[in-house]
Amino acid sequence: MTRSDQWKLYLTVVFVLASLWTLWPTFQFYSLPAKERQVVLQARPSQATTEAERLQLEKYAKLREKAIKLGLDLQGGMYLLLEVDTSKLGAAEAKNAVDQAMQIIRNRVDQFGVAEPSIQRQGDNRILIQLPGLLDQERAKALIGQTALLEFKLVKTEEESKALYDRIDGYFARKLRGGAPPDSAAPDSVQHPFTSKLLASSHAEAVVLNENIPIVDAMIGRLKADSTFSVDAQLAWDSHDTDVSGRTARGLYVVGKDALMKGSEVASAQMRLDLDATRPGAPGVSFNLTSRGGALFGDITGANVGRRLAIVLDGKIQSAPNIQEKIPRGQGSITGTFTEEEAQNLAIVLRSGALPAPVNVIEERTIGPSMGQDSIDKGIHAGAVGALLVVFFMVVYYRVSGVVAVVALILNILGLLACMAGFHATLTLPGIAGIVLTIGMAVDTNVLIFERIREELRNKRTVLAAIETGYARAYRTIIDAHVTTLLSSFALMWFGTGPIRGFAITLSIGLIINLITAVGISKMIFDAWSVRRKLSSISI
Amino acid sequence: MFQILHGVNVDWMRRRHLAFLFSGACVLISIISLIAHGGPRYGVDFTGGALVEILVTPPVHADAVRAAVDRAGYRGSEIQELSRPGQFLIRTEIKSGQNPAPAIVQEVAAEHPGSHVERLRYESVGPRVGGELRGAAIKAIFFALGFILIYVGIRYDWRYSLGAVAALFHDVFITVGALSLMNKEITLTVVAALLTIAGYSINDTIVVFDRIRERSRTLRREPPANVMNIAINETLSRTIITSFTVFLTVMALYTLGGEVIHDFAFAMLVGVVFGTYSSVYVASGLALEVQLWLERAGQGRGKK
Repeated sequence: MTRSDQWKLYLTVVFVLASLWTLWPTFQFYSLPAKERQVVLQARPSQATTEAERLQLEKYAKLREKAIKLGLDLQGGMYLLLEVDTSKLGAAEAKNAVDQAMQIIRNRVDQFGVAEPSIQRQGDNRILIQLPGLLDQERAKALIGQTALLEFKLVKTEEESKALYDRIDGYFARKLRGGAPPDSAAPDSVQHPFTSKLLASSHAEAVVLNENIPIVDAMIGRLKADSTFSVDAQLAWDSHDTDVSGRTARGLYVVGKDALMKGSEVASAQMRLDLDATRPGAPGVSFNLTSRGGALFGDITGANVGRRLAIVLDGKIQSAPNIQEKIPRGQGSITGTFTEEEAQNLAIVLRSGALPAPVNVIEERTIGPSMGQDSIDKGIHAGAVGALLVVFFMVVYYRVSGVVAVVALILNILGLLACMAGFHATLTLPGIAGIVLTIGMAVDTNVLIFERIREELRNKRTVLAAIETGYARAYRTIIDAHVTTLLSSFALMWFGTGPIRGFAITLSIGLIINLITAVGISKMIFDAWSVRRKLSSISI
Repeated sequence: MFQILHGVNVDWMRRRHLAFLFSGACVLISIISLIAHGGPRYGVDFTGGALVEILVTPPVHADAVRAAVDRAGYRGSEIQELSRPGQFLIRTEIKSGQNPAPAIVQEVAAEHPGSHVERLRYESVGPRVGGELRGAAIKAIFFALGFILIYVGIRYDWRYSLGAVAALFHDVFITVGALSLMNKEITLTVVAALLTIAGYSINDTIVVFDRIRERSRTLRREPPANVMNIAINETLSRTIITSFTVFLTVMALYTLGGEVIHDFAFAMLVGVVFGTYSSVYVASGLALEVQLWLERAGQGRGKK
């Protein structure tokens, strides 16, 4: 062996060892039984109670981190693309809003207890959330998407409310009449277009039958849109239905336009089952205010004893209790017709704060875990069968040289997977497609070389010379083929989105490694083999 | 030495016009199919909409699922029964931002109280996002083709680069046509397959071109058609072996890979077959046509 051959050998050994070392955690992780793997996936060292447990969980977390991750399409989970609606914010606010929203969503997801959530910003006002594994999708979505803007507003007095309703009736009656004078004989629906749709239990808290809700809602919308109709009050729906002699209906409140206090003053919140004395066991949320909020709350309640204070969540009235007396300690509760889960969610969103602007889900993909498992099983099965067929063919057709090609191919895949583990890349279905193309190119590289060597042998060259020229001639073709494919996959990486990029990244890594394994390492094996034995014939 | 195709001596280029005719026919069939189907059938990735996949155990009839979906308020949805009994793919629209999956699952379960309904997959893409994904995919493919054109142009000759890109386009287009004929959807996964095909196609073409370039240096006196025949014949065993191994892998994916990868594998099968053929005929044939045309133009000018 020459010196340079020795160096090549050392480098190869280092390459193989480094790859194996990088892949070891992946191997460990995926050879665990499914149940234990789940434990590793869920491990959160911060939740440990004892030192020993913490060490164990940290070990798990490290293992999880170092293993190749499977994409949502392979392991199941939820992919959400959210758009932050910044249309109602100023330029400066809009800029911060997305960052704030991300932080808040991160807090919420953390409290929800998902292992390895990924929350990334995309573009100007989008947030990409990936939650792997098993989870309650509807609940997760509700939790992430809820604005959770908590406001405390005074309910208007009877007189104020009546005055507002009179104005609204007048507004719509005028529109209905056109230019005509008022007609006292006209039906109620013409004289009082708005209030005729309400079942007034009181003015400040009216009730609307279910079938009338769309009409009333549309009228409220028109008032809001008309800038000439200025009010210091706001009409807000109750968050839940009520029952009016067997018919479903919903409460409508007149509340102040400005909030006296906001949810940002909430320090902590918990789900409780004992908040409503009239309905024991009904889930609700109790909250504690910050010291500043507590003082503010004391002032507000002190100044408005006897009035009603509405607790408004995302524009809907949760409850509107009477203020009996000044409440000096910063404590309160929200009751309503919650399920336990909803109350739990509400507590989480109150703790993590309100989103600065509404968010909309514009893309959603959820893959059930059994579907993911099915894809992996079948994909691995098919891949193994395909690879075995190729190996079989190569060995039959090229004999010992075929074995060399197979060794190079195995090293290529080993290196590719090691790179993915090293870069913390995620293996997805398009990524597997990239690996398939890499295998194809790797086999092709060897076929090109071997066919060239065979040609040279037919031209009566010696074995050594045939190997040398075969490699040298095939090398140029191989480089051209690789560069062209690499160029196009760079284009895909730059301009493509998620899955296309995944494909391009795997392919690029695979091709670069292929130049090392299929050309460099296989040549080294050939050299060692032919030089040492001084071969006069070669098995190719 | 165990060999297939040693010492073949086929005059490929003489029959190139036949090949052009064949390719033209395939492209025409693709165009007709695309027109008949109103363009490529884009999946929800590109059009926006929702896709719900459920598994009902014990299995029920597709009509029952359709009735349940109608009752859930999603009349006009497309329901496809998959290979596993009881597994259904429902393509539907998103109404007022509502996720249709829970309502559909609930109705199917209500229709068959004894059945267990599992939600396997749910995808929804807003119409704007769909348009963006489509735009990004097209842009990526466009730039990939552009880079190849430039590289082959610099490294070889623009005559070759025209042939290479034409072959590439030919393979991808016919695959899209085949997908359309089989009424299969173009999803992001299928786009990945199309890209893979483009990769193979260009690789195959480069290998043949490289040999043509090498031979045109050593065989200066031969007419270009002969040089091309020699180059193609010399690389033929490699072309066939490589295609065969790829074909083996893709066939395994197609038959065993499961339904998620099925369309990907189908596109690959079509693409590999046409890619092999096109690197011999379309790419080289076109390059030859361009060369002959240039020579004729050159002689014409020489006479004047």
